[in-house]
Amino acid sequence: MKPAIDGSIDVTGQEGARLHISGLFVAFISGLPQLLFPLLAAVFGARKSDNPALIPIMVGAVLALSLFFRWLSWLRFRYHIGDDDIRVEKGILNRTARSIPYERIQDVSIQQKPLARMMGLSEVKFETGGGDGDDAKLSFVTLDEANRLRALVRSRKAGVAVAQNVPEMAESEDTETLFAMDGKRVFILGLYSFSLVIFAVLGGFAQQFDFLLPFDFWDYKRWAGLAEDSGVRVSTINGVGMAGQLILAFGAFTSLIFIGFATGVGRTILCEHGFRLTQTSKGFRRRRGLFTLTDVVMPTHRVQAAVVQTGPIRKRRGWHSLKFVSLAQDSKEESNYVAAPLATLDELWRISKAAGIAAPDGNECLRKGAKLHWIIQIALLMPPLMIAMLALLIFADRPLALMLFLALLLVIAACLFWCDWRRYRFGIDTQQLYMRRGWWRQRLTLAPHIKVQSIEITQGPFGRRFGLATLKFGIAGGTLDMIALPLPMAREIRSAVMEKVAEVDYSAINQSR
Amino acid sequence: MTDDAPPELTPLDPAFITTSRIATALGLLPFVIGAAVLELAKLLPPGSFLVPMFLVYAFVAFTVPARKYRHWGYVMGTDQLRVVRGYMFYSDTIVPFGRIQHIDVDQGPIDRRYGLSKLTVHTAGNHNSTVTLPGLAHADALAMRAAMRAAIRQEIL
Repeated sequence: MKPAIDGSIDVTGQEGARLHISGLFVAFISGLPQLLFPLLAAVFGARKSDNPALIPIMVGAVLALSLFFRWLSWLRFRYHIGDDDIRVEKGILNRTARSIPYERIQDVSIQQKPLARMMGLSEVKFETGGGDGDDAKLSFVTLDEANRLRALVRSRKAGVAVAQNVPEMAESEDTETLFAMDGKRVFILGLYSFSLVIFAVLGGFAQQFDFLLPFDFWDYKRWAGLAEDSGVRVSTINGVGMAGQLILAFGAFTSLIFIGFATGVGRTILCEHGFRLTQTSKGFRRRRGLFTLTDVVMPTHRVQAAVVQTGPIRKRRGWHSLKFVSLAQDSKEESNYVAAPLATLDELWRISKAAGIAAPDGNECLRKGAKLHWIIQIALLMPPLMIAMLALLIFADRPLALMLFLALLLVIAACLFWCDWRRYRFGIDTQQLYMRRGWWRQRLTLAPHIKVQSIEITQGPFGRRFGLATLKFGIAGGTLDMIALPLPMAREIRSAVMEKVAEVDYSAINQSR
Repeated sequence: MTDDAPPELTPLDPAFITTSRIATALGLLPFVIGAAVLELAKLLPPGSFLVPMFLVYAFVAFTVPARKYRHWGYVMGTDQLRVVRGYMFYSDTIVPFGRIQHIDVDQGPIDRRYGLSKLTVHTAGNHNSTVTLPGLAHADALAMRAAMRAAIRQEIL
């Protein structure tokens, strides 16, 4: 190619192919809506100058500029089909060279939009299932080239797939029901989903749209007046005596509670009715819903980690929920796959076992975090609090009450930290990582070592001084952070996990056979 | 924690200090211009905007890049890449080659003048979905990319 544009950072000498030149026009035309704003700006700008001839000139200039930059980036875009990877080089000033090994390509999609179709072009996307969406896109190449690329990637991958040995769970071709919820179970779940959200929604509506109402919603005197109109007098309420008032208040309170439970049960039944999780040859299949029945299949090998969650009340009854953290590819909105919304631990471990995640068997030696971590956090709260107290002492009228209030805040914070410390556990055994946290929403995360994508040890300024570290595991679709670890232990856990991780390649654990 | 730069770490290319100085100097220029404008407006005694601004500017653009350079380091293993950086906020990341999704080698205009490039590896994890290593000699970056690619290829077979 022309030496003038030679800034190629590929030193292997292979020049690679350019995209099809007609694609430039397809992209230009389909990109026209984006130019609407600059065009309008140009038109309005030109109108001010009292010279009508300027308008078409400005419009033309904007279009030409856009076309010029598209041409420039076309000129600087190369893709190269190598022996073991596909390479894409692009960028006008900032040059990027991306290399995608064939083994990592999960899918090749070919898309033809109407305009491209008319010109015999298509858009090819290589999807790797990486953490960030945009992997590599060739827009546009001819349809023949697209098919050739797809066939090429497939043939490379086919050669690889034979050599793969996937550690597999027991094969079962026929569907087996893993978990189902009957009406009673759904009802119980509904009770736990107690929610006063309807009042928040109504209140929010009232606040947003109160200008539409013919009266002032927040004017309690008017409501009292309304009550008086229908025969209830404020004096009557005052007159019923202490016991009567208590009964009235109790009535109001119970109706509030009742509405809360009713909302929870109603919403839960709508969503979870007939919940059924089965295991098919393709993976987990979940069906649920009263009016809108949803049916979602998740391949077993996509499961990256399991999250067991419970709350302080439902725990007493032995109820837990199970979610699977997965490579979020099928649906953007649900990266956590609810496998069982309300189940006993026995039921739940049976499901997770089907996904290759074992129940903690006592060997994982769950450990508490270093107390120092929470003490540091409380200590960090002290200086601002002290300053606030000092300010109160100097400026406020009645400093004592306000200072007591501040001290109460500190006590509450300390309690919360204490609860957090008490509940928090981390652990590791030969196969899996464990992390439990939260005193209200108690979550236990379990992740097999081999599903870990990266490991990071971080230390803030205080952690550095006191030798405490946080261990952050990169997991596809989720997070697992172990906090408050002494640095040597963090290093130890990291090397133990790394040993397991290095043995198995990503492709071997996350591709369908 | 005192072993802020363990001896086994490979340092970045020294030219990284220069490129990073140029980049920060250019990036912060608008603030200096802003201070100069305020100075011209004569709101406060002369020098009250420009002098502190200039001191901060000199510190951030001149001293900080050298410090940043001292605390960056990497280890290119046979099956993993380790990237260590930061002093106050220290982080030490390991990405096994077996988990790399794809690899980018970027070169900006300043980098190109000094023959540097930036290596970015992408993983499927939510945390650390990209791990970046700037300030590598261009040839090194390409060699590292080739090594990682070869490792991925080998592991699969």
